[in-house]
Amino acid sequence: MSYHADDKGYYGEFGGAFIPEMLYPNVEELRSKYLEIMYEDSFQKDFHQLLKDYVGRPSPLYFAKRLSEKHGCKIYLKREDLNHTGAHKVNNTIGQILMAKKLGKTRIIAETGAGQHGVATATVCALMGMQCIVYMGEIDIARQAPNVARMKMLGAEVRPALSGSRTLKDATNEAIRDWINNPLDTHYIIGSAIGPHPYPDMVTRFQSVISEEIKWQLQEKEGRELPDYVVACIGGGSNAAGSYYHFLDEEEVGIIAVEAAGKGIASGESAATSALGKIGIIHGCKTLLMQTDDGQITEPYSISAGLDYPGVGPMHSHLHQSGRAEFYSATDDEAMTAGLELSQLEGIIPAIETGHAFAIFQHKKFKADDIVVISLSGRGDKDLNTYIDYFKLA
Amino acid sequence: MTNRINQKLQENGKLLSIYFTAGYPSLNDTVHIIQDLEKCGVDMIEIGLPFSDPLADGPTIQKSSTAALGNGMTTERLFEQLAGIRETVSIPLIVMGYFNPMLQYGVDAFCKKCHEIGIDGLIMPDLPLNVYRSEYEEIFKKYGLINVFLITPQTSEERIRIIDEASDGFIYMVSSASVTGSKEGFGNTQTEYFERIATMNLKNPQIVGFGIKDADTFEAATKNAKGAIIGSAFIKHLTTNGISQIEAFVKSIRN
Repeated sequence: MSYHADDKGYYGEFGGAFIPEMLYPNVEELRSKYLEIMYEDSFQKDFHQLLKDYVGRPSPLYFAKRLSEKHGCKIYLKREDLNHTGAHKVNNTIGQILMAKKLGKTRIIAETGAGQHGVATATVCALMGMQCIVYMGEIDIARQAPNVARMKMLGAEVRPALSGSRTLKDATNEAIRDWINNPLDTHYIIGSAIGPHPYPDMVTRFQSVISEEIKWQLQEKEGRELPDYVVACIGGGSNAAGSYYHFLDEEEVGIIAVEAAGKGIASGESAATSALGKIGIIHGCKTLLMQTDDGQITEPYSISAGLDYPGVGPMHSHLHQSGRAEFYSATDDEAMTAGLELSQLEGIIPAIETGHAFAIFQHKKFKADDIVVISLSGRGDKDLNTYIDYFKLA
Repeated sequence: MTNRINQKLQENGKLLSIYFTAGYPSLNDTVHIIQDLEKCGVDMIEIGLPFSDPLADGPTIQKSSTAALGNGMTTERLFEQLAGIRETVSIPLIVMGYFNPMLQYGVDAFCKKCHEIGIDGLIMPDLPLNVYRSEYEEIFKKYGLINVFLITPQTSEERIRIIDEASDGFIYMVSSASVTGSKEGFGNTQTEYFERIATMNLKNPQIVGFGIKDADTFEAATKNAKGAIIGSAFIKHLTTNGISQIEAFVKSIRN
């Protein structure tokens, strides 16, 4: 079985490009050129140079000794939190800004939930001197104020999405509408492994640097390239896609996804798409989707703005349906507890999104000699207010 | 029987088509609005099936969709409302919506229901041409439904030819690069685009949509094309005036 996109952008029955005709020229231009551009020598050289000198890659693969002792297995942390801008998001925005330049685009739009992708996009736009407009749900603007300020300082314009639930889903709708209105000069930097083909595959390939590094780093530390498990949190699923990519065809590597259960899967306030969703169309792709029986997309909930999305990338829908990946979900409380534990055992305060990945230890027991790599996708600075409120730290 | 859309397209004169969101302003206004529009001389109606995330629509239609869903509109309810519509209405009726609600209803079941009601065609902006042709064309044809495709100023000539070949009613010509309801009048760019399409001698007539809101824009849009579609401007009229003054709106467009 293939776990990669076919030439029409399908992962099994998921994926494709369900876009209105207004977007066809842009998406088709990207589809017909992305692989060729990405694998040009000059593009690869620029991409890897920036990842090294600007982002600070390779990110360390860190053996978490105390966490390992606590949970009775060998835990390695892939330190995407140490990237410039504080999360894995920048791997993709570096790639896409170079792509936009090759396509001759001068104006960049993006959607953001927690603000990490917005900051990563504003950052590369500043780097390249490009105009940057970030759409962000009005609710998220209120709960992620530091990231809004960062985007503005980087020269980006932050436009509030006022429709629907005023969160990530609606910010994505607004970005798509902007692209319909500005088809010629604009490139849309989607921040997750979602959207119409070729976005899920393109974003996954840019993020695949994560698993590429894990392989040789683990070889250095353990004398083997393959861990027993790779664990990542999933909203749309870009850090997960990048962390899994080079292990997908290695069936002996267990793939583990942790979604946001919010207040509990059955609570009506959740974002656990694999448990609650069924196949449908969102933002141009066919994937598992939280919706009513009537096909209206429902409002998700999670304490973490970055996982607060009613769909999941089509690759992950396929990994779920085919049984290649094990899917778990962690509640707000479990994720917050896991974040506190990581802070106090290893001195690393994770993003709340990332806390969900660490909640795996509340759900699954690993064997003593299991090597478990966890994608530490982002740092928790942006979430301090939420942590303060939750743990009454003030 | 020839599809009502094809019959209508044979008639002389320019066609006025009106879009409205089913379930707005009130849940049960659907049939009244359709009957009134026909009485006022409208040639064709697009019944909007509301969707939670209408990507190609501007704020006016978004808001009417959200309100309609809040009023309790569903796919099944719309079909119930339309059940007897052919006893009183004879102009072409088109259902316009997004693909996900249709997919959840079941594409075959949805088309079958449309056929039973007497719907003539569908416009599903996010059901792309290639997917339609490979997976759904046979179902649409089985139930005698015309699928209407869109073109925009950015659509290449090559693709317009492909779309023309795949169409068997009219081509929905999006007037400018925009979501619905967002442009002020028509400039030279639109005029050039309208003329360019007119000289292509397409087999299907074109009906222009997006940005038509009054007599001037209707006239400009139909100078070359067979007709024009008004959506957001009509929704705004309903928002301000309710459903009792539909005739005044239609007369302001075309006497």
